[in-house]
Amino acid sequence: MKNNFQVSQNGKLKHLLSTDGLSREIIIEIFDMAESFLKISSRDVKKVPLLRGKTVCNLFFENSTRTRTTFEIAAKRLSADVINLDVPTSSQSKGESILDTVNNLIAMGADIFVIRHGTPRIPELIAQNVGNDVHIINGGDGNHAHPTQGLLDTFTIRRFKKDFSELKVAIVGDIKHSRVARSEICALSTLGVPEIRIIGPENLMPDDLDHLNLIHFNNLNRGLKNVDVIMMLRLQKERMDDGDIPSEEEYFKQYGLKREHLKIAHPDAIIMHPGPINRGIEIESEVADSKQSVILSQVTYGIAIRMAVMTMLVSKKV
Amino acid sequence: MHNIPTPYDLIEKLQDKIQSCIDESTCLVGIPSGGHLIINEISKKLGKNLNYGLIDGSFYRDDLDISGVNIKEKTSSINFDIENKKVILIDDVFYTGRTTRAAINELFDYGRPKEILLFVLVDRMQNELPIKPSFSAYELKNDNGDYINLIDKNGILSFEVKKIEK
Repeated sequence: MKNNFQVSQNGKLKHLLSTDGLSREIIIEIFDMAESFLKISSRDVKKVPLLRGKTVCNLFFENSTRTRTTFEIAAKRLSADVINLDVPTSSQSKGESILDTVNNLIAMGADIFVIRHGTPRIPELIAQNVGNDVHIINGGDGNHAHPTQGLLDTFTIRRFKKDFSELKVAIVGDIKHSRVARSEICALSTLGVPEIRIIGPENLMPDDLDHLNLIHFNNLNRGLKNVDVIMMLRLQKERMDDGDIPSEEEYFKQYGLKREHLKIAHPDAIIMHPGPINRGIEIESEVADSKQSVILSQVTYGIAIRMAVMTMLVSKKV
Repeated sequence: MHNIPTPYDLIEKLQDKIQSCIDESTCLVGIPSGGHLIINEISKKLGKNLNYGLIDGSFYRDDLDISGVNIKEKTSSINFDIENKKVILIDDVFYTGRTTRAAINELFDYGRPKEILLFVLVDRMQNELPIKPSFSAYELKNDNGDYINLIDKNGILSFEVKKIEK
């Protein structure tokens, strides 16, 4: 099911649950707004008063450093108040249901929730049960979706490559367990990228994305030929079964991105990774730090994208 | 129908006023999009020795959930120090004062000017805040609530007037 109820009838973004079902128009609006926030982030005073009086609640049921921190920075730069709920010490551990926890926080005045959960579609379930003035952002749910990561990755591609219409993009690694890959693929597809390749061992390939015309490769060298963008993925060990990969060493040997691969891709190809990077498993250290790597730009752009999403959720449709 | 003079006549008056009060600390900051068009025009006469900038103010407005955020083509760009400077804010039309309030708020995030002046082409005399232009080239009496703004059509400036549906 596409998350069409994340957009209201007049085209306003109400929740951000998945890039699947998000129109090109809304994605471009998010990108254009993020461009303006990037300018703000380069000033001495990085704060604007757009979300003054609003409360953003980070509700993370799974570990996160980058996503939670960048959401917190984004909310604070918009002048919102931020609550980080420490789930292991919250009432959840005393048996309270997620909806009860959320409703209690709404009663305390929370306006936006960023929710990360190990079970797919929990943010969607919550979005279906809150009032019109409360907005839900999916901060990653199981292997289903991580929309802000998908948006910040495609925004990074736009900043470096300008035009999506002739790009060859390769996504490498554990696609099957990756919510990031799913969100990237849906956004790239909507933005009109003509060639999306997925590269990885056969048992880590997805079986639910056939409708998106992805080109499968099990061989890294063949898959990277002439690509403009290389998106590496982290091995999702927490979601893998024993035996999914023979060993990390063997995985690196076959699918780790190394300097010699850069000669196969387009000379101007950019290298991306959503983090956290496992150096020597998915990517050679030297490659992660090379000039073609835009991994740290992704982190910076992630703040601007999250500021844009939160602003659009609260803002009236222009 | 409004009988507003042509933008070029008003810009000339504005320019004369700027020239009469310019000093070594003066910088000109336009509020997009109208202010940007005026800055483009007057910089042809006043030359490149002055500091020119833009201040958008869209992220400083007080009506996010009423009017939304309108991302303009031209956003804030101040590539000089405004600390202790005389900043002349330039806009096409002054209406309620809320755009000016937002622009001034944003300006203070770039530094603390010694003085801020507001020069506009048209004052609609409908301010809702205790903010008034320091100089207006034309005062519009009997305002009927139409939407008025300065536009550039194929390099020619004109005032666009639209009826607001209520």
